Amino acid sequence: MPRTAPVSDWSSDFDVLDPRYVADPFGIWDDLRTTCPIAHTERRGSTWLPTRYGDVTAMAHDIEHFSSRKVAVIPMGSGDEGDRQLEYGLPPISSDPPLHTWTRRLLLPWFSHQRVETYVPLTRQLCRGLLDQVVDNGHADAAVDYAQQIPVRVIARILGVSSEMSDAFTGWVRDVLEFADDEVRRTHGADQLLTYFHSQLDLRRREPGDDLLSELLAAEVDGAPLDDGIVLGMAALVLIAGVDTTWSAIGSSLWHLAMHPEDQKRLVAEPALMPTATEELLRAFAPVTMARVVTGDLEYQGCPMKEGDKVLMNFPAANRDPEVFDRPDAVVLDRALNRHVAFGSGIHRCAGSNLARMELRVALEEWLGAIPSFALEQRKEIEWAGGQVRGPRVLPVVFP
Amino acid sequence: MKIRIDPDKCQGHARCYALAPELFAVDDYGQASVLVDEVPPALVDKATLAIANCPEYAIESVGD
Repeated sequence: MPRTAPVSDWSSDFDVLDPRYVADPFGIWDDLRTTCPIAHTERRGSTWLPTRYGDVTAMAHDIEHFSSRKVAVIPMGSGDEGDRQLEYGLPPISSDPPLHTWTRRLLLPWFSHQRVETYVPLTRQLCRGLLDQVVDNGHADAAVDYAQQIPVRVIARILGVSSEMSDAFTGWVRDVLEFADDEVRRTHGADQLLTYFHSQLDLRRREPGDDLLSELLAAEVDGAPLDDGIVLGMAALVLIAGVDTTWSAIGSSLWHLAMHPEDQKRLVAEPALMPTATEELLRAFAPVTMARVVTGDLEYQGCPMKEGDKVLMNFPAANRDPEVFDRPDAVVLDRALNRHVAFGSGIHRCAGSNLARMELRVALEEWLGAIPSFALEQRKEIEWAGGQVRGPRVLPVVFP
Repeated sequence: MKIRIDPDKCQGHARCYALAPELFAVDDYGQASVLVDEVPPALVDKATLAIANCPEYAIESVGD
């Protein structure tokens, strides 16, 4: 993975891939919030990093000045990010209205609260199967053996593709998101993913099923079927957005619990607290940062933003803003006032948020059901991924 | 207490539904709606909680 020069000034030369930032960004955000609440860097192109809740949410709502046509936090090395393989990008996430609006409406029912409830038995069964394999060992990698394995299989079911492809999907999505700074790896992952979905679209056209891909192929908008490029982009989006993200949230939550036996005990004793607790874990460890593109020169809070600059929608930092959250760096499982923006804010609110919440809740319930007491394995290192999606990739834990 | 959702502000986070399913419904597209004309006294706390947790500030209590 390409290395970048260490950061000495976070306000004018930040780097979201700096190992210190990836491992522990919270103190950096705290400093920036009081000294330079919107930081800047020229690394990988001119990019701004807001750290206050008010700024992040205001910019997320201002779709006129901050476009979603490029949402990658780490742009392609060449500077020309226009994805040659996907004419329409990944709608709706990388689109502005009107394309955003109608593609989003096609996806939302698949992730409605009602629909997500029907995925609960599958998710529970998956979690139990994974736990059966480790529970007698006394140790596990909570990221690799558990968190990483869950969302990809649920997404495979929704897309109607084989769960035997899960390891391949995981690899491609990591190439695209986690190793985005490595152009060879990123391009390879994207090529593999799109080639696979191309073949799946051909298959579904011949033999439609009751899955999302088949429905998108059968859909009509204004009396015409969808362009293949749009179907491909939407399918790729569902996979890319539905795997790393929730896996990271599950992993970070287990990391926190591994270090806080009092929280383990409380969740075991008070299962009704779980919905509130998952919101708090999502607030504290929001995995996702998205980018926006400045559509024309403007001054925002004194920052001279130029057309084409990137702005990082730093939802994780917004969730730690002391202006909005009391004791923001404490995980308070019964936090009652929690207007967090882990799933974004405005028209691009994560379309899969109901699914993510359900997966996180079920994954924690099942883990604590099988392994009610666990701790970090002292001698082993934890590895974090960062950039677009932050979460533990290696998380060794022990349990009696 | 009466409550109202601004449909232009609601983005489908569904926090209101999770906190107070007696008071809110959410459709297939995430759009939330209020189920009651008047919030029963026993549910005022839940309504207040839903208002305070909406990330879009889309719910408000309406004065008499």
